[in-house]
Amino acid sequence: MDILKKSFKKSIWVFHLSTAACNNCDIEVLELLTPKYDVERFGIKLVGSPRHADALLVCGSVNAHAKPRLLEVYRQTPKPCLVVAFGSCGCSSGIFRDSYSIVGPVDKVIKEEDPNALIVYVPGCPPKPEAMIEAIVMGLGVV
Amino acid sequence: MKLLFYYLVFPGFIFSSVVGLLTVWLDRKVSARVQWRQGPPWYQGFADIGKLLYKEVIIPREAFGSGFIAAPLFGLASVILAVTILCVSFFGMSEGFIGDIIVVWYLFTIPAIALVYIGSTSGNPLSSVGVAREIKLLLSYDLPMIIVIVMIASKAGGFSIRSIMEWQMANGSNISNWYGIVAFIVTIFCIQAKLGRVPFDLAEAETELGSGILMELSGGVLAAYELSKAIMLFGLPLFLTVLFWGKGIIGGILIYLLIVVLLILIKNTNPRVRIDHAMKYFWGWMSGAAIIASLLAYFGV
Repeated sequence: MDILKKSFKKSIWVFHLSTAACNNCDIEVLELLTPKYDVERFGIKLVGSPRHADALLVCGSVNAHAKPRLLEVYRQTPKPCLVVAFGSCGCSSGIFRDSYSIVGPVDKVIKEEDPNALIVYVPGCPPKPEAMIEAIVMGLGVV
Repeated sequence: MKLLFYYLVFPGFIFSSVVGLLTVWLDRKVSARVQWRQGPPWYQGFADIGKLLYKEVIIPREAFGSGFIAAPLFGLASVILAVTILCVSFFGMSEGFIGDIIVVWYLFTIPAIALVYIGSTSGNPLSSVGVAREIKLLLSYDLPMIIVIVMIASKAGGFSIRSIMEWQMANGSNISNWYGIVAFIVTIFCIQAKLGRVPFDLAEAETELGSGILMELSGGVLAAYELSKAIMLFGLPLFLTVLFWGKGIIGGILIYLLIVVLLILIKNTNPRVRIDHAMKYFWGWMSGAAIIASLLAYFGV
């Protein structure tokens, strides 16, 4: 079992989910795949289905429309899985906090579904690629 | 006992999965170098399989549970059997049997059929689009491939792997003749489609269908599928090596690596085709080329 757990840390497949983001974080994620930051060195790759994912990369302040979708995707992801609250909006709803359509930052919504969820925060608007890599590595320390 | 050893250890399960996962690493590393990136470490394939075994398996409510788990294992078992039959003849450990070349080719088809079963039982609309594409692709690449296999076998005068290899040892490799070169070009595209790799990855189009046919697989079920795909990435280039190169094992291994690199470069330089393009391509151009290769072989060019 120990070797399987170790291999989990060496191969993180990420599903990227946008919940009412302004699209800047979504663009920034692509930088991780470029030659300069190449996250495939650490076995990280983007996948197309939440069923294959080990980490959910959630961008955006969650609004009322996106909340059921976020919860549905979280339920569809096999556990153990890591949730990365990405950008200022993901961490705290950013400048949209207390707006009429915003139901909360990512962690509040996810904890309604699963109080013991593993959540990593990456602040920044948008975060730097180095910050994203550091966040994933810190998150693996928790798993 | 000996057969069990063949199946489970040497050319079978353990050997072929290790070589297959290393080939997967080679694939990802060369792709990364083509894109000027660093690429994953050598143990990446093993880590992926280990990780998937560690994860939870989710079975969709619509799916027929035991079939959903059994189908990829069934596919894995038949791929291992195909590779065992192929390698036992290739390394000269046994004589093989009449018709084993056809048996091997159709055993390699079973994972695709298992995948069609899983995709259609999983109750996901995107999976069912993937299923329709997979079946059409299966029908389209089979025709040129079978024409080439029959052409080579009748040239060699026997439908067994051993007789094809012996004929080539006596009369020169198929690849050194014109008909062999045309047939090689046909088969390399056929196995690219069979492996579901990029110009023909319509069934699991990652950005278009969100992994399509594989969409509902998770954990160990996905691990069984990934492993059978890795073993196919080892087995199918070896199958081409047997068809076109009959001179010794060392040269065979070099030709095997050459075929793998060719597959990777095709993958990295082509966009995904549409299903009607793929069918037109295989039933038109590739089948035509296969028939021309047969005519060339008939006239002894």
